Amino acid sequence: MAIGLHNSDFKNPVIRWVDQRMPIFTMMQKEYGTFPTPRNFNYFWNFGALAMVNLMIMIATGIFLAMHYTPHTSYAFDSVERIMRDVNFGWLIRYVHMNGASMFFIVVFIHIWRGMYYGSYKAPRELLWMLGVVIFLLMMATAFMGYVLPWGQMSFWGATVITNLFSAFPVVGEWIVQLLWGGFSVDNPTLNRFFSLHYLLPFVIVGVVFLHVVALHITGSNNPLGVEPKGPQDTLPFHPYYTAKDSFGLVIYFIVFAGLVFFAPNYLGHPDNYIPANPLVTPAHIVPEWYFLPFYAILRAVPDKLGGVLMMFGSIAILFVLPWLDSSPVRSMRFRPIARIAFLLWTICFFVLMYCGGMPAEEPYVTISRFATAYYFAYFLVILPLLGRLERPLPLPESIARAVLGGGGPMPAGAVAKPMDKA
Amino acid sequence: MAETAGATASDGTPRRDFLTLVTTAFVGVGVGAVAWPFIASMQPARDVLALASTDVDLAPVAEGQAITVMWRGKPIFVRNRTAKEIEEARAVPMSQLKDPQADQTRVQKDNWLVMIGICTHLGCVPLGQKATDTKGPYDGWFCPCHGSAYDTSGRIRQGPAPRNLEIPPYAFTSDTKIRIG
Repeated sequence: MAIGLHNSDFKNPVIRWVDQRMPIFTMMQKEYGTFPTPRNFNYFWNFGALAMVNLMIMIATGIFLAMHYTPHTSYAFDSVERIMRDVNFGWLIRYVHMNGASMFFIVVFIHIWRGMYYGSYKAPRELLWMLGVVIFLLMMATAFMGYVLPWGQMSFWGATVITNLFSAFPVVGEWIVQLLWGGFSVDNPTLNRFFSLHYLLPFVIVGVVFLHVVALHITGSNNPLGVEPKGPQDTLPFHPYYTAKDSFGLVIYFIVFAGLVFFAPNYLGHPDNYIPANPLVTPAHIVPEWYFLPFYAILRAVPDKLGGVLMMFGSIAILFVLPWLDSSPVRSMRFRPIARIAFLLWTICFFVLMYCGGMPAEEPYVTISRFATAYYFAYFLVILPLLGRLERPLPLPESIARAVLGGGGPMPAGAVAKPMDKA
Repeated sequence: MAETAGATASDGTPRRDFLTLVTTAFVGVGVGAVAWPFIASMQPARDVLALASTDVDLAPVAEGQAITVMWRGKPIFVRNRTAKEIEEARAVPMSQLKDPQADQTRVQKDNWLVMIGICTHLGCVPLGQKATDTKGPYDGWFCPCHGSAYDTSGRIRQGPAPRNLEIPPYAFTSDTKIRIG
């Protein structure tokens, strides 16, 4: 072998020639072929792969929509209608993109929930988790700006309300809002920059997803037991075991997605967005897209303008410090009887907030939102830090293999000592 | 590991090979089915196709005059030829033509020449529509980009263009009106 070439195991001469000079095939084989993956994944572990596929669907459909869309206040609404009526399969591409956003949030909410339930955010995966929160924030910004582009009533008034959130900040608020608008109200400059950024941010997401995956492949995946694999008996090669499991999940995901696109494409949207934007008339009942409702409810639950905005941003920002708020060394809620109930309550609160966010800002929804908001934050700031000290976890299994194979599987010497030690 | 787990059909084909082939085939068909709408979306949309025919009133065009109209985003040369121009076009022997076509096959009525005004070389619009334009050495049209010269029938006579100026599909809807496309 010539000096400087990578030592490739591939037999195919073309693949080998490339691999010796740029070992991407070796890398793919290592990271997605033989990559040792805990053998006890359940279907919650499909959602990372699903999110990846969803991101690619959004980018593909988005690029094709951008070929037909006009980011100008005078043409935007009509160009979207033209996509729906005149462009070949434009209705399909737009409905896939529109419902793809909802599917993306469904998938990512489940993905985040999975991480919270099974303690995937805990050491050594804190950075992996934080990168995930960054992706989530970027997704929210992208989705918000994408919703403005059709320039319907909800687009316009959603953009007005959300950009006005920044006016709550003292001193710099007005300045920030003008900067976002490029004028004195949501208008053509706003639409232009939102289109530009809506096209840019998905590629930023791709970059952060890459880092997310890099971090994942350093620590390896968590698993439903929250016990680190201690040796080969605890893992399976990623291919074919998890490529197959992910493919199955993907097919189910496509069925749900197709059901939404073909049978209820506007179910998750608002009819008001099929009325062209009118800066002189606000729709009677304005609500954000469903995936923003829990955060919107938190905003409205606080009677103070700045306080509401800070609580709303804080409800996501708090996820960044979750790895340090939860001081329990036990990852999986399966072995945390109290935290498990507290977290399931938190989940219910999330849905309650989602429901209240979609209701008018009147009683009893405001009071309900306040209790739910209080619990949302108490879970992170009071319950988790306290439970780390007070809760007595159930005994952890000695290893993944012991737990899933029913006592079978040879144990390597020294691996039995402390369940939480890394292999 | 699992590869050795005995999964072999009666004819000796490993079951996994079969599954791999079936999966690959389904993925192939699926990718094709998904790619189709995306590719189709780049073809002309229905509103573009709806504009694909243009009506032209020839009545104001006097003998010896020419007008240029738009059809499918392209210039269409419509010329009311003089008797001299028709005579010139029909006198040319086929052997002198790079792309041999009789003048009679290029027109529906002798004086009305309707052509797509795009040089068959690389797509420039030739000069010769206005009275003040240079018409080139063959008294027809002259492309300023690379010097292709067309005669009074719009046939290529000199320069790099390979073919005569194209004739669009059109029909006379009355004595003085045509519909192009």
